[in-house]
Amino acid sequence: MTKYILKRIAWIFITLWIVATITFFLMKLLPGTPYTNQAKLSADQIRIMNEQYGLNKPLFTQYWVYIVGLLHGDLGTSFQFNNQPVTYLISNRIGPSMQIGAQAMIIGTLLGILLGAIAAVKQRTWVDSVATFFAIVGRSIPNFVFAVILQFFLAFKLKIFPIALWDGFSSSILPSIALAMAPLADTARFMRTEMVDVLSSDYIELARSKGLSSWQTVAKHALRNSLIPVVTIIGPMAVALMTGSMVIENIFSIPGIGEQFVKSILTNDYPTIMGLTILYSAALLVIYLVVDILYGIIDPRIRLSTTGGKE
Amino acid sequence: MEKILDVKDLEINFHTFAGDVKAIRDVSFHLNKGETLAIVGESGSGKSVTVRSIMGLLANNSNVPNGQIMFKDQDLLKISARQMEKIRGNDISMIFQDPMTSLDPTMPIGKQVAEPLLIHNHMSRAKAMERAEEVLELVGIPNAKNRIKDYPHQFSGGQRQRIVIAIAIVNYPEILIADEPTTALDVTIQSQIIELMKELQDKIETSIIFITHDLGVVAGIADRVAVMYAGKIIEYGSVDEIFYDPRHPYTWGLLNSMPTLESKKLYAIPGTPPNLLNPPKGDAFAPRNEYAMAIDYEAMPPFFKVTDTHYAATWLLHPDAPKVQPPAEILRRHELYHKYLAEQAKGGVPADAE
Repeated sequence: MTKYILKRIAWIFITLWIVATITFFLMKLLPGTPYTNQAKLSADQIRIMNEQYGLNKPLFTQYWVYIVGLLHGDLGTSFQFNNQPVTYLISNRIGPSMQIGAQAMIIGTLLGILLGAIAAVKQRTWVDSVATFFAIVGRSIPNFVFAVILQFFLAFKLKIFPIALWDGFSSSILPSIALAMAPLADTARFMRTEMVDVLSSDYIELARSKGLSSWQTVAKHALRNSLIPVVTIIGPMAVALMTGSMVIENIFSIPGIGEQFVKSILTNDYPTIMGLTILYSAALLVIYLVVDILYGIIDPRIRLSTTGGKE
Repeated sequence: MEKILDVKDLEINFHTFAGDVKAIRDVSFHLNKGETLAIVGESGSGKSVTVRSIMGLLANNSNVPNGQIMFKDQDLLKISARQMEKIRGNDISMIFQDPMTSLDPTMPIGKQVAEPLLIHNHMSRAKAMERAEEVLELVGIPNAKNRIKDYPHQFSGGQRQRIVIAIAIVNYPEILIADEPTTALDVTIQSQIIELMKELQDKIETSIIFITHDLGVVAGIADRVAVMYAGKIIEYGSVDEIFYDPRHPYTWGLLNSMPTLESKKLYAIPGTPPNLLNPPKGDAFAPRNEYAMAIDYEAMPPFFKVTDTHYAATWLLHPDAPKVQPPAEILRRHELYHKYLAEQAKGGVPADAE
């Protein structure tokens, strides 16, 4: 197991290098230059600036310089954001984004699993219909609409939470809920389908024949088996949360990283684009590793047996 | 002999979009203590539905308009779901057909075997695991001690069926229901499982209801046999009576379609079973029966007594019915049987009939 994880971590670094390389060259193909007011700049000024940022060197030299810096943990200096080092820019802003992302993930998957399981156990009753209705609503209404609804009722009318402010845990609740709606709906729908399938399987009938009550059967046998395919969608869901958080961050004025990413692309801020791309890729690769390890924990059939499970 | 289970006038319908399917039509039978009763019949004849009603595991769209299932002075059809849960896996348990799908793939087998003990006996976890290990050893899982933490996928099909059996017998049930336990296994494993069940029956003194469509398996394990067709029992008797002196044309057809060493061509009963959405008013087998008489289409035959233990529901046994010649294979069986009975009457060593 340890050997497998170490191997996977090595692959994460190799993948990151490939991502960095591809992004680096693709980025240079972006139209325009990093200078927003190029028309006002003289040729000399541009030459001096290019020299300062190393943009006058051949492409491969630039690439080499960047990769060497990357290996030393140096992501370069942002062109746009007050000449801040990209590492500083990211570390300052990543916290809030990670927090609402993770909270949304936890709320979404846990509630989704619960809702889906209840719908499956009570299938074809009014409980199932209500749960299905919620899932459809959660999936089809965009999260920024939810955000505004939450702001209006819970913050503006009832004044339970702040409207748009970043100050402690209470201010992270509304954005997390707004962000959690889509993953919650997806998980619930997926969970219901799986659970309905599992509940009609032979081993559930055998569990019933042992004398387990229907709720015991669900808790001890059906839940775990239904979770196996649900784990699969957690990876793509994490991606959706990361990229989708930008709008939510804007609505709730959260000093997160989503805004920087969009701005950096629009302004050809090469080092920031690179830094954030690598960061997102790294986060994704780690999530996929965690998902794969989770698989093994839930399903013994795909447990990685380096010690040899069979005789 | 003491009756441990008594099923009376059982009727079961399944509600479908097309209407009510009358899956079980007035079935009565009983199980004596310590015996093995085989229920045979083709797919869809109602064997599985009958035993699932005993276990209280019928599908949601079923209803039981009539009948009684008496076990220990209580009617299993009338007791609450909670009471039924106390009986299931404790007094009555079940072995399922397909060992590849009847074990939970995500739970170690030791835990699966120990589960009934934990529910019914409030045993400590450690003690239950110890018992599970003993029972796994008993059903022939080699090296059970080191394998209780293994998962189902680490066992072969035959071993998995042994584990399923271990789960069923771990609480020493009074009634063991086996729903085609050998159908999904290959022939050599089949005979091992049958042997195991016979051994276990002696060891734990249980009564068995054995469901199968394989008459060869029946001969090896049953004391008594009930033959089902289209939701009804049409003939029942001791295993010898059914195999060597059958009276219902359907039983003739079943036995005739069993390959023997002499048979050159395999016989098949012509036609298909009736649709139980609208069951026929007469004998359901009549359209496929070459011995059918006019009355077979008009009225359902009652049970006619052949011996004290042997009854068959066919108009052919009515005193006014014409004598018919059963198929050659059945006559051959008759002959063997009478030879065997004669020898027994002489007090000679009861030679094996076949």
